[in-house]
Amino acid sequence: MNPILLIRWLLQGEWHSHRLQSIIAVLAIMFGVALGFTIHLINTAAVSEFSAATRSLSGTSDLTVRALRPTFDESLYPTLMQYEEVVQASPVLEITVGIPTRAETMHNPVLKILGLDMFRALSVTPDLLGVPAEDNPMDALADDAVFLSPAAMEWLSVKQGESIEVSMGTKQITLRVAGGLARAHTGQRIAVMDIGAAQWRFDQLGQLSRIELKLQQGANHTAFQEMLSKKLGTSYLLTESQDDDMRAHNMSRAYRVNLSILALVALFTGAFLIFSSQILSTIRRRSQFALLRVLGMTRRQLLYQLLLENGLLGVLGSLLGLALGYLLATMALHHLGADLGAGLFPGLKPQLHPDPLAAVLYFLLGIGVTVLGSLLPAWEAAHAHPASALKSGSEYTVLAALRVPRLAAACLLVGVIFTGLPPIDDLPIFGYLAIALLLTGSMAALPYLCGLLFSTLLRTLNSSKSNILYTLAITRLSNASGLAAIALGGILVSFSLMVAMAIMVTSFRISVNNWLAQVLPADLYLHPITHQDTRGFTPDEQQIITTHPDIARTDFIRSIPLTLDPARPDVTLLARPINQDDPGLTLPLTKNILPSDDIPPDTIPIWVSEAMVDLYGFKIGKRITLPFTTDPEQTFIIAGIWRDYGRIFGAIQMQLSDYRRLTGDNHASDAALWIKPGITIHTAVSALKALPFGDVLEIMETGQIRAVALKQFDRSFAVTYLLELVAIGVGLMGVAASFSAQMLTRIRELGMLRHIGLSKQQIRHMLTLEGGLLAGFGVATGFILGTGISLILIFIINPQSFHWTMQLHMPWTWLLLMALAVLGAAVLTAHATSRRAVSGNVIRAVREDS
Amino acid sequence: MSHLPVLELSDINKSYSDRKVLSGLSYSLSAGEYVAIMGDSGVGKSTLLNLIAGLDSPDSGEIRIEGKYLPVEDEAATSLRRKYLGFIFQAFHVLPHLTLLQNVSLPLLLNHLPLDRASIMLASVGLQGRERDFPHQLSGGELQRVAIARALVHRPRLILADEPTGNLDQDTSREILQLIRSEIKANQASAIIVTHSRPAAETADKILLLNRHGLAPVSLENRQ
Repeated sequence: MNPILLIRWLLQGEWHSHRLQSIIAVLAIMFGVALGFTIHLINTAAVSEFSAATRSLSGTSDLTVRALRPTFDESLYPTLMQYEEVVQASPVLEITVGIPTRAETMHNPVLKILGLDMFRALSVTPDLLGVPAEDNPMDALADDAVFLSPAAMEWLSVKQGESIEVSMGTKQITLRVAGGLARAHTGQRIAVMDIGAAQWRFDQLGQLSRIELKLQQGANHTAFQEMLSKKLGTSYLLTESQDDDMRAHNMSRAYRVNLSILALVALFTGAFLIFSSQILSTIRRRSQFALLRVLGMTRRQLLYQLLLENGLLGVLGSLLGLALGYLLATMALHHLGADLGAGLFPGLKPQLHPDPLAAVLYFLLGIGVTVLGSLLPAWEAAHAHPASALKSGSEYTVLAALRVPRLAAACLLVGVIFTGLPPIDDLPIFGYLAIALLLTGSMAALPYLCGLLFSTLLRTLNSSKSNILYTLAITRLSNASGLAAIALGGILVSFSLMVAMAIMVTSFRISVNNWLAQVLPADLYLHPITHQDTRGFTPDEQQIITTHPDIARTDFIRSIPLTLDPARPDVTLLARPINQDDPGLTLPLTKNILPSDDIPPDTIPIWVSEAMVDLYGFKIGKRITLPFTTDPEQTFIIAGIWRDYGRIFGAIQMQLSDYRRLTGDNHASDAALWIKPGITIHTAVSALKALPFGDVLEIMETGQIRAVALKQFDRSFAVTYLLELVAIGVGLMGVAASFSAQMLTRIRELGMLRHIGLSKQQIRHMLTLEGGLLAGFGVATGFILGTGISLILIFIINPQSFHWTMQLHMPWTWLLLMALAVLGAAVLTAHATSRRAVSGNVIRAVREDS
Repeated sequence: MSHLPVLELSDINKSYSDRKVLSGLSYSLSAGEYVAIMGDSGVGKSTLLNLIAGLDSPDSGEIRIEGKYLPVEDEAATSLRRKYLGFIFQAFHVLPHLTLLQNVSLPLLLNHLPLDRASIMLASVGLQGRERDFPHQLSGGELQRVAIARALVHRPRLILADEPTGNLDQDTSREILQLIRSEIKANQASAIIVTHSRPAAETADKILLLNRHGLAPVSLENRQ
């Protein structure tokens, strides 16, 4: 009972007398835990929802057979049925159609239609079977009937018996809503119709997207998969449901990991805040700890006492953080969607599920970070020599432990080395560690650098006749640089993060803008509302567009998805007219290209995006085969690498003429149009809308596309800004807390200055001057560190996470404004705390024990 | 009461860097004895108190408290100090955020003893009714009374007082010294008081002068 009472007294005493510091520490941990937990909850909800939705399409299937191309010939189906291991095979044709009635209000309004053989699907995907009206049981096989999931019915505002208008390419088809589905996944917008009807109505006769296989009970799945894989050859893929999960997981992983890391920055900024406030608290309470040691408290007891003191703040902060995190996640899912504005999970409305394990992990992380932040100060306090610690003036020996230039140099050096290391499992782990080490190293170097700068300044001042307040302020900063560095740390962390983010985002935005200018040379772009569907524009429709009197030039683009690695999301193949002599005129090339003379006649040149280099090891001059041609022996040669900010999973460009020759596919997905001189954009758009298929066209001006792209860019960075703002806010709270705590530790010193004749006004000026000088130094070092971090973000984290590069652009005006804002905030904080510091008790502090 | 000396110092040597502070110092303090140690600044008075308290270790020699060797290991020395010793400092050293009662209760809590004696001790040093006051509400003399109560509350065998009146005026000093003496005697403790003040030293049973040859008694004739 007694030890607990003692702990309680000591805790209550400290918290009651220094409420502000305690509240700031709790808030710092709360925000850190809340952000981390919010991001985790949203990411988990999004990915599990996405996986569940994907899995529901495969039902109880053991194995899925698909081609590397979007569709394949249905003649494979009877072949598969012949294997004795196969109990059932269910063919599926998956088609994405447009909803023209929705085109006015949303971009790319699409609905997925599954063509199923109802008899085969009965035992494989029974949940996806259509439920016709009782008086029309044959609707299940009707060629105009479609069955909609509840979410699709709600989205389309239709009921059983009503009709819906869908489009594929420029073709419009009317379908009758014959009923709902047996049991669709909650929130999933999906439609089902008879496979034969789907093949016919959507011009996909004889084509399948996949075949779901159900194997004999007891069959060796792995052996069968290996055997079948060999038989089918490299054009086909065999996947299990976990492979689809992996693809879903990989699709958004880089984005999710980056957001999580950013969220954790706030937590670790909070750890630094606790560290600095604990160092100051240790200095202030040094004689109190020594007294407890003299009275018989052991080192271990004192260490536990201090760790407990902070651990309990961590418990409170973590609990509040978990509650706030849950609330924020609910709000974010409602307002920003599952992808937090990045467009990775379109149309998904996941529900938030309680995640006790993650809650425990973030709870422990919050406490761990708090305890970690207080470990060094607590260790120092427990191991201080009680006899000398009881003497006034011994406080500053604590700070000697902070002067660690060798550790600082080691951190910086290792950080720089880490910038040269490759990613681990496609994640820039060493890049993140390099940033952490640069931050740690810079913080560790602060006492040394601070002492160096201000002692030089002091020597300059001594040689000139200067104001006593300047001399006092700079002398103190020079001689007590350890203490000064603690306040400086908050400014350094906050400002360097501000600078890093500002430089990175500006560089990225300008690079995207420049890229858009290069990839959008035409006046108008048009495509059917189902962007990149299999039909697109037919040759006749292309002819109509090309020969339109308002149009001077037309470039058609064919885009199809290709599976190169079953574990990764599909890459996009873009076939378009490319200037063979100078591909740089068509594509935003980044590196040297393979001269056209060096392209062997038996190969076809392709140009790959930067992501293909990182993800698939493609490099200039490499010969590869691609799974879209009828001739599997056809080789392609990589003739160049281009920058692509649109498709992070990779894209390949090739000549449209080569594509058409190899595939016989003369359809086009998009068209780039140059209008004739003298024709206005408005006139051209009206003319195109008047075409026979004008109703299902999405026509956009170049400026519109750029505006939409940049809006999407800003939207996807909105959450990043928010996370950074919180981290910066926590850092600035640290500055306020450490300025305020320093005043408490200096109360005797200030009282002495009052005794020897300095007025309150002079002391306030001196303290404000100290704050201003420190902030100025913090801003300067923060700028250097922030620029270093931004280089890591631009040249390491981004290329390794998202596989794109960008040019460095410095936002000088913005940086100057931020520097002035931080400087002003620090000076105001110093001035505000100086007013409290010169209140009456400083005089008494000199005379008595406080 | 035990017949063992409360404190035995045998051939204590202590140096700091090249400076020899204590050399071959030996002394034995009997139970209930109250001695004052005087000496010039830097002669090693505070060092001697730190060695006795186990806050510092001698280079050689032995220290025994109630016959028990003072261990070098911190945990064991702390345990011995907690139980057998009480401290009074020049700078009072009370915890500012604890009430007077809580401050005096600290040694009881650390020794797992009942807390009733804390208010009794506060009353005996003249601070009855002020149990819930905080240190900032007290004068210097009152703070030293709190420190005296705290030093004696757990009935330690030996009180170590380092310049207990150094921060007090003459009248308050006299009052405090009388209080220290009467409380030490009332609690049957032994005490060593280190002081520069002759009047303070004269409240002790015996005055010892610490110099580089060791501890030498000051004869009664020399007492004023």
